[in-house]
Amino acid sequence: MALLDVNHLDVRFALRRGDVQALRDVSFSLERGERLGIVGESGAGKSVAAFSLLNLIAKPGYIAGGSIQFDGRELTDMSDRALRHVRGHRMSMIFQDPMMTLNPVLSIGDQMVECLKAHRRISTAEARAISLRKLEQVQIPSPAARLDQYPHELSGGMRQRVIIAIALLLDPDIIIADEPTTALDVTIQAEIMALLLELCEKHNVGLILITHDLGVVSQVTQRMLVMYAGRVIEQGPTREIINDPQHPYTQGLINALPQMATPGSRLNQIPGSMPSLDNLPTGCAFHPRCGFVNRADGTTRRACIDEVPGFVTSGNCRVACHMVAEMLERERIPAEEIR
Amino acid sequence: MTTSTPQVASRWARFRGSYLLYSFKRDLIAQLSLLVFIALVAVAVLAPWLAPMNPYDLAQIDIMSSELPPLWIAGSDPTYLLGTDAQGRDLLSTILYGARVSLIIGFGAVALQALLGVSFGLLAGYLGGRVDAFLMRLADIQLSFSTLMVAIVVGAVVKAAFGGATFSAYAVPLLVLIIGLAEWPQYARTVRASVLAERHKEYVDAARVMGFTSRRIMFRHILPNTLSPIFVISTVQVANAIIAEAALSFLGLGMPETQPSLGSLIKSGFDYLQSGSWWITLIPGLVLVVLVLVINLLGDWLRDVLNPRLYKA
Repeated sequence: MALLDVNHLDVRFALRRGDVQALRDVSFSLERGERLGIVGESGAGKSVAAFSLLNLIAKPGYIAGGSIQFDGRELTDMSDRALRHVRGHRMSMIFQDPMMTLNPVLSIGDQMVECLKAHRRISTAEARAISLRKLEQVQIPSPAARLDQYPHELSGGMRQRVIIAIALLLDPDIIIADEPTTALDVTIQAEIMALLLELCEKHNVGLILITHDLGVVSQVTQRMLVMYAGRVIEQGPTREIINDPQHPYTQGLINALPQMATPGSRLNQIPGSMPSLDNLPTGCAFHPRCGFVNRADGTTRRACIDEVPGFVTSGNCRVACHMVAEMLERERIPAEEIR
Repeated sequence: MTTSTPQVASRWARFRGSYLLYSFKRDLIAQLSLLVFIALVAVAVLAPWLAPMNPYDLAQIDIMSSELPPLWIAGSDPTYLLGTDAQGRDLLSTILYGARVSLIIGFGAVALQALLGVSFGLLAGYLGGRVDAFLMRLADIQLSFSTLMVAIVVGAVVKAAFGGATFSAYAVPLLVLIIGLAEWPQYARTVRASVLAERHKEYVDAARVMGFTSRRIMFRHILPNTLSPIFVISTVQVANAIIAEAALSFLGLGMPETQPSLGSLIKSGFDYLQSGSWWITLIPGLVLVVLVLVINLLGDWLRDVLNPRLYKA
């Protein structure tokens, strides 16, 4: 059994005009020490997925159905006390903006000591010693001096290192990193990702990396999910998805990378934008932007407009797409539809 | 712990390098205000040792020396520097003791306001929903009663239940209670507004992810981030509480004449204004004005330093 098993997770937001479904039938699993990437546009539900893993969705959001099994225990109906034990202790989280994640009025050492003392019965001196060791692990310059400094005295990259140190403080099983490098500049991004990868490998910590950077996902993760409008549309081994994307949306994302375009020509963007969650199109949520709704012979694939696609297995990947299903069924792929 | 000594030293070094001190050194009005304020507090606290007479001791009062003018006016007695009041008490001593009463009530009432207001404001802002609605409506109801009405009701109830003597004996704690109860919504509203702004910042999410309890997040993480508006309104509130006490005493709802505060001194002299004994009212009045003015000036300076965008509460 996997360390983390998410099955058919539904998350809704109870708004005045009715419920909005933010996550729909999301299923995935994570083995101990495995690194999983979750990719999608803004608003696809990546961060909601991350927060729901810790059962921390802020009101008016709530988990409407499905299960989250962590280490054999169900998180969705766990008591607050038991959940607090899981949070921080077994699973921790790294946020997007290191400028905002640290409390501005507490020193780095105070924040680390507080976190340790909330979960373990240890003295302040011991907690400081552990904090110092973790700061050394994240290769921050002059770690001892940092303990008594305040967040505003550190640069963005150093703050993100502190945040990683805090995430590792209680030796968790899983770290959820929600776009950990988005707010940093490019040179620091690479350093921080390399550090995170190294630490996860060294301590056998599972990583759920939420990002829209396909480059980072392909370097760091072993498996990935692609999300669109609250659903998982493709999942499988990262290398296979990056090299041979099946879903038209994933293909579009990879084609949209600047390095895929001929220099000097326009970038290959996916036309249109993601629908808002309270006004999803019928059938496949991607169909208004999809170039494959019409077959090569000019006929329309009605299923794309009328039916929500189920998952089909293609190689090691699972894809939710009528076109892929049809192709697999025919066992013969019209040449002009691949590209 | 061994690290405590260098930490204290570094705090002191931090303070010396802080913007707070920098701006204080460049603000003459703030410096003067602080000087006057400290002087007033010092003489009030040291009143029993500084004052030439004890106005609470009836044996020292001589009715024959009543309504003597201050030293610089003809007909004065050199024993009484600022003259005497209608009961023959030395006005300087009475003012020193009175300032003490006023300051105790002012700070006590603000401490009570802050305790109630900050707790309710934190709860309302952080928990939201029904708790928020209930506490804020409670605040609205409280604000719709004026301080005077609360004072009249509480005073009347205490006097009716325990008699006037009991009221006089417990006048200071009762006034603290009255003014504290009447003004807590100011704090609750300010704190709630700051908490609403802080609650959605990522460090609060991070604290929740860390598995901290709500109470810990409220008091240890959010409260310190809302302290600057609390400091600023505290100065205004201390000044307001001192004025409120003076107003209540002036109306005869506050301190009894046997334990005069600045307000009840002003009142006791008011009856003799027409007969020419203006000093009994004017001198305590000036002390009150100066006290409130320097507190407000300090508050203005603090507001500008801590948060230039904050509007006046």
